[in-house]
Amino acid sequence: MSQTLQASTLLAVPLAPLVGSSLAGLFGTRFGGNWIGRRLTHTLTILGVLLAFVLSAMTLNSVANDGARFNETLYTWMVVGGLKMEVGFMVDGLTAMMMCVVTFVSLMVHIYTIGYMEEDEGYNRFFSYISLFTFSMLMLVMSNNMLQLFFGWEAVGLVSYLLIGFWFNKPTAIFANMKAFLVNRVGDFGFILGIGLIAAYAGTLNYTEAFAKAGELGALTLPGTDWMLVTVICICLFIGAMGKSAQFPLHVWLPDSMEGPTPISALIHAATMVTAGIFMVTRMSPFFEMSDTALNFILVIGAITALFMGFLGLIQNDIKRVVAYSTLSQLGYMTVALGASAYSVAVFHLMTHAFFKALLFLGAGSVIMGMHHNQDIRWMGGVRKYMPITWITSLLGSLALIGTPFFSGFYSKDSIIEAVAESTLPGAGFAHFAVLAGVFVTAFYSFRMYFLVFHGEERYDQNPEAHHDDHHGHDDHGHDHSPHESPWVVTVPLLLLAIPSVVIGYLTIDPLLYGEFFKDAIFINADKHPVMHELAHEYHGAVAMAIHALSTAPFWLALAGVVSSYYMYMINPAVPAAIKRAFQPVYTLLENKYYLDWINENILARGARLLGTGLWKGGDQAMIEGGIVNASWKLVGWLSTASRQLQSGYLYHYALVMILGVFLLMTWFVWLK
Amino acid sequence: MSITLGHYLTLGAILFALSVTGIFLNRKNLIVLLMAIELMLLAVNMNFVAFSHYLGDLNGQIFVFFILTVAAAESAIGLAILVQLFRNKSSINVDELNTLKG
Repeated sequence: MSQTLQASTLLAVPLAPLVGSSLAGLFGTRFGGNWIGRRLTHTLTILGVLLAFVLSAMTLNSVANDGARFNETLYTWMVVGGLKMEVGFMVDGLTAMMMCVVTFVSLMVHIYTIGYMEEDEGYNRFFSYISLFTFSMLMLVMSNNMLQLFFGWEAVGLVSYLLIGFWFNKPTAIFANMKAFLVNRVGDFGFILGIGLIAAYAGTLNYTEAFAKAGELGALTLPGTDWMLVTVICICLFIGAMGKSAQFPLHVWLPDSMEGPTPISALIHAATMVTAGIFMVTRMSPFFEMSDTALNFILVIGAITALFMGFLGLIQNDIKRVVAYSTLSQLGYMTVALGASAYSVAVFHLMTHAFFKALLFLGAGSVIMGMHHNQDIRWMGGVRKYMPITWITSLLGSLALIGTPFFSGFYSKDSIIEAVAESTLPGAGFAHFAVLAGVFVTAFYSFRMYFLVFHGEERYDQNPEAHHDDHHGHDDHGHDHSPHESPWVVTVPLLLLAIPSVVIGYLTIDPLLYGEFFKDAIFINADKHPVMHELAHEYHGAVAMAIHALSTAPFWLALAGVVSSYYMYMINPAVPAAIKRAFQPVYTLLENKYYLDWINENILARGARLLGTGLWKGGDQAMIEGGIVNASWKLVGWLSTASRQLQSGYLYHYALVMILGVFLLMTWFVWLK
Repeated sequence: MSITLGHYLTLGAILFALSVTGIFLNRKNLIVLLMAIELMLLAVNMNFVAFSHYLGDLNGQIFVFFILTVAAAESAIGLAILVQLFRNKSSINVDELNTLKG
């Protein structure tokens, strides 16, 4: 406990965006009578997020410089038996860093939205949602117990659902948000099972208390099996992370989520929400460190995601989808780092990625605005002349993404590759190959997009669908199809994000990876997983690392990627078509995204529907309705039909029966008595 | 041949059987039904009188007077119902009077 961190200050961090969101949502929409206008809405929400950012920065300062820590329960929601459900905050290096990343990117996106959503009718609603997202994400990262983590986890999922389907008149958007929601349910099911196992065996949901019992749990096996309990817990938790952080095979929702407006693609589906899984695994490192099986599983899943999702980025033509597959691939890199027990490297890449990927998405959004909502990079080209700020910031973002030495992405990505090389887990060989090959793929698709958009000849008039732009009622641009630079509210966030994209890695690699910053937030079993020690051993400062990189494979692979994309798309555009013809089956496989959507829709979804139909027809209609409900009324009806024959209405029938009855009674009386 | 109790009882039984058969077989006329019921009571009365005489107990004959009184009242009520029935249904045909049929 420290003097410098006050509970009230920390409470204000998530609550400020919540207040902004509530005001905008309740009074700025048709639901609340449109009491507050657009200008007031964005002022209120931006002030809320700005306050959160300033307080987060102050928190980071006291955590980093004064060693301040905070871990307290602020409110007990309920106590069931021995299980306490509480709301509390735990602030250490990891939390403070996440708070700053979330609030900073969110602030940039808020400002950017003023320009991007200018023409949209749902302006106030959008601000309400993104502020609500900021609140949820902050609750997630600041939590000191798993229940609150789960609350934040579900809340960000809800806001993601709302925002993917923001344009709710678009059928594709509705399909995408339903898909995102359903795929995330699969992950969340694993997550809640993992939390439930921890609650059942450790008897607490509080991080500190649960981690204290991690050693005890490590000795147990799941009853009835010989599986290590901690392995089962970790894999369940990681399935949650796979859903949220879009790891193979639960990644299918993320590319479709690009149906939402671009600012949320930047904020939610690139910079913050999708990294919640990475954050969660890092936070739970005391559990994951005990299970080599789980770490190996994580390593392989991450490697598959990193490489194979990168391949998909090669053939996409939608500017946002290229960036989306790039996000998937980078999330795979982070997951690989988690599997290699290099949690701090994963979080480091999370941070640098948040900046440069948010920058790339916002840059893509700026291009989309400039291109009058055309998203197809085949019909762009030469945008550099018209949108200089977007051009230079996107170039910086791309350079950071492919890992150019001295850029932020270089430090984090190179550290991941080094960490995997040092890992001794069985899957590390495959993972190392995947991340190395991924470097080339990343460089290729990033610069393919960059060259197609910003360089080369202008192809605006060749778009066959140029005049069928239906989801935006903007006709004030006239018919001038040349791009134009975006307003200052769009370019300023780009510039502000470009700065950390370039320098943050250089500045923070020392404290984050090799310093004391994450010392008490991340637990590493150094005897079994000495990766970080090996890395520290080979590390001789940020500059030396960058210079050393010039003689290593990743740098040359990245360079080869850039050069080959330059050759194929700038010098000799016939090559890609020739490659496409030569490798038609591979191209078809990639174009169909490895048929995973097909499998999901035709096997899993259809199987579920068949099962449902079977239960409905066989179970409900045949057994319950036919066998119980209908059969009982039919039986009663049949018995009644039979017995009503007795009541003929004729007096002489009754009399006959009466006489017969008397006769029988008499017989019984006389003979049997 | 002297007349014994058995003869009287047989007569009563025959009368009773006749009236029961009358109830069963009668399909046309409600009045015949009432008459058959009256005949049934008379058959019972015959038994009462016969037992009374042969057992030397006058109670049986007193009972016969009660039964005759009740039978007269019953006939009066029955005929009154019958008149009402005829006014409503324009028929006293037993086969048509089956509104109690389930």
